Amino acid sequence: MISTGPFFLDQIFFIVFPYVAVIIFLLVSIRRYRTEAFTFSSLSSQFLENQHHFWGLVPFHFGIITVLAGHLIAFLIPREVLAWNSHPLRLYILEGSAFVAALLTMVGLVSIITRRLTDPKVKKVTSWADWIVFASFVIQILSGLYVAVFHSWGSSWFASLATPYLWSLVTLNPDIKFVTAMPWMVKLHIVSAWLMIAFAPFTRLVHILVVPNPYLWRKPQVVRWYAAWKSLRKV
Amino acid sequence: MNVRSQISMVFHLDKCIGCHTCSIACKNIWTDRKGTEYMWWNNVETKPGTGFPTKWEDQGKYRGGWELKDGKVQLKSTSKAKTITNIFHNPSMPSMDDYYEPWTYKYDELLNAPEGSDQPTARPISMVTGEYINVEAGPNWDDDLGGSPVYAENDPNLQGLTEEQRMQLSAIERLVFFYFPRICNHCLNPSCVAACPSGALYKRGEDGIVLIDQKRCRGWRACVAACPYKKTFYNWSTGKSEKCILCYPRLETGQAPACFHSCVGRIRYLGVLLYDADRIEEVAKLPDDQLIDGHRSIVLNPHDPNVIAAARQNGIHDSVIESAQASPVYKFVKDWKIALPPHIEFRTMPMLYYVPPMSPVMSNRNDDTVSSVSDEFFHDIEQARVPMQFLANLFGAGHQGKVIYALKKQKAVRTYRRAVTVGDITMDVAERMLREADCTVEQAEVIYQLTSLCTFEDRFVIPPMHREEAIEMMRDPAEHKSSVGFGFTESPERGL
Repeated sequence: MISTGPFFLDQIFFIVFPYVAVIIFLLVSIRRYRTEAFTFSSLSSQFLENQHHFWGLVPFHFGIITVLAGHLIAFLIPREVLAWNSHPLRLYILEGSAFVAALLTMVGLVSIITRRLTDPKVKKVTSWADWIVFASFVIQILSGLYVAVFHSWGSSWFASLATPYLWSLVTLNPDIKFVTAMPWMVKLHIVSAWLMIAFAPFTRLVHILVVPNPYLWRKPQVVRWYAAWKSLRKV
Repeated sequence: MNVRSQISMVFHLDKCIGCHTCSIACKNIWTDRKGTEYMWWNNVETKPGTGFPTKWEDQGKYRGGWELKDGKVQLKSTSKAKTITNIFHNPSMPSMDDYYEPWTYKYDELLNAPEGSDQPTARPISMVTGEYINVEAGPNWDDDLGGSPVYAENDPNLQGLTEEQRMQLSAIERLVFFYFPRICNHCLNPSCVAACPSGALYKRGEDGIVLIDQKRCRGWRACVAACPYKKTFYNWSTGKSEKCILCYPRLETGQAPACFHSCVGRIRYLGVLLYDADRIEEVAKLPDDQLIDGHRSIVLNPHDPNVIAAARQNGIHDSVIESAQASPVYKFVKDWKIALPPHIEFRTMPMLYYVPPMSPVMSNRNDDTVSSVSDEFFHDIEQARVPMQFLANLFGAGHQGKVIYALKKQKAVRTYRRAVTVGDITMDVAERMLREADCTVEQAEVIYQLTSLCTFEDRFVIPPMHREEAIEMMRDPAEHKSSVGFGFTESPERGL
């Protein structure tokens, strides 16, 4: 699979990186959850600054969730995406809304970074890992926006080129011929994504892993009994 | 009937001298860590006053507690759908500005000041940023400012008072205030628990103490917004919320919680109440004027054989039932009905009750003579300087009846004791007053004993918690420790 030659670096970036990243992500996340569960938190700073917070956090999160969902959909159902895009108007709608979501993410991120720099209290609770996270988001979103503008109709070529590449990784039969020919900005976007996945479990990004979905179906009140209390009593 | 036991509390406001010893005892034990400096799990407020955080009782601003909507009790601050959309920015979340920015002083400026003709000063620095700050608010910032137009006048409980009644509260010669110590109410229908997206908050089944699992908490902040008493606090350093744990490590070893133990005025009582958990929802749905009666009716008589049988059925130990029978809280709440829950209209069904305070006789000063409006030795309750409506807003969901009842009984007991010890009031008058206040001579004696001569053992009837049987046999103690509101298996530091 990996051979020296003109595509050696591509092999490192698109075969070694993804596997290493996913393994690091899984191992570190599990280890952190098992031994340092206390550190799993959104680390919210809303309590320290409550106004500017809204204008950063809300557009950023809604934007990034939409963008990620778009990537996921093109990965899971590429045929349907291509069929949708076969009609130009529908293609424009999809591309347009994806672009707006990406812009929203960028606006939110700029606002978040400004807040982190200007509010003295918030600045105090910003760690070096946060700055790496912010920097990698800036690279990721800017490269994504660049690709969207200059290598247009990504929703279509993602479905026909990136999806096969990703599936080849999933099926442990990596095939990088789809990505080696891509423009360097697309490659940067992919490589930095793998790096982010590898670094995520060390950072505040672990809060994504603990989204509180059980709230939707649990009863309002929670009572905890010590397991054996009742059965012991009856003895 | 689903009998459960609950450690409940009574604060006798007539005895509170506002010394803040309780607050300091609590602070020294639990909240002197980074990120918790601003928290006061126990605090003492001056009423009328704005409290901590500022105007916490104004649910138009903070949106805490429950509300009746279409015949259902619903959280004011959130719902299942809103929890998802508001998770990135909680619109009902108070910020540090609503509390205060904690500070210390730069003491080395005193020690290292160059020799000079002026007195060196230690300037205040923020405990968050370490920078110099101008201190503009503090935990009991409006302490004793009962007549202040800046603080007292903004008390949300002044709603519904006439202009004359407001004047009566703040006229300089007749200025009046009382103290209102607060801890977590360990409610039966806690809105903080119901709002937590992670399910980290829970009520202990055996004693009803409400805790935040520090391991499960993800810092979504919904509990802070949902608690109408603002008694869950966000630790800005660790990114976890924390709250009063009712000193359960002390309770489990038979000691009163620190704020209770240290209370100088001996205003605090603690004991077990048995209640019917099946009726919580039904009672929480009652209209405002029936809430106090409903809340009382949920508390069961621990001497009733049916209740005892049902309690045993539910696994409640005989020693706990005996403790409930001796509970001073039961006497105040059910037998005498002189202790009332605070702001029952928030519908969380608080299990901390207050005996409303008597206030000084209303009098006027003309030149050098003080003339009282009442001819009686103890004035009429309705003529107290704190208007009944104000107390009713605090302790009666706006309805005066229960508050007047509690105060009349207190006044009758005073009159009776005056007749016994001093004798300038005849026993006939005293007994008539007791009858009018729905109180017998025997009851008056016990109220007097438990109010004035109470010992530690009278005030704190702590049930055996039987933890020795329950925890250590079944669970890894260290693992257990990290999920019980306080106590950590790893250092409680902020993650990256």
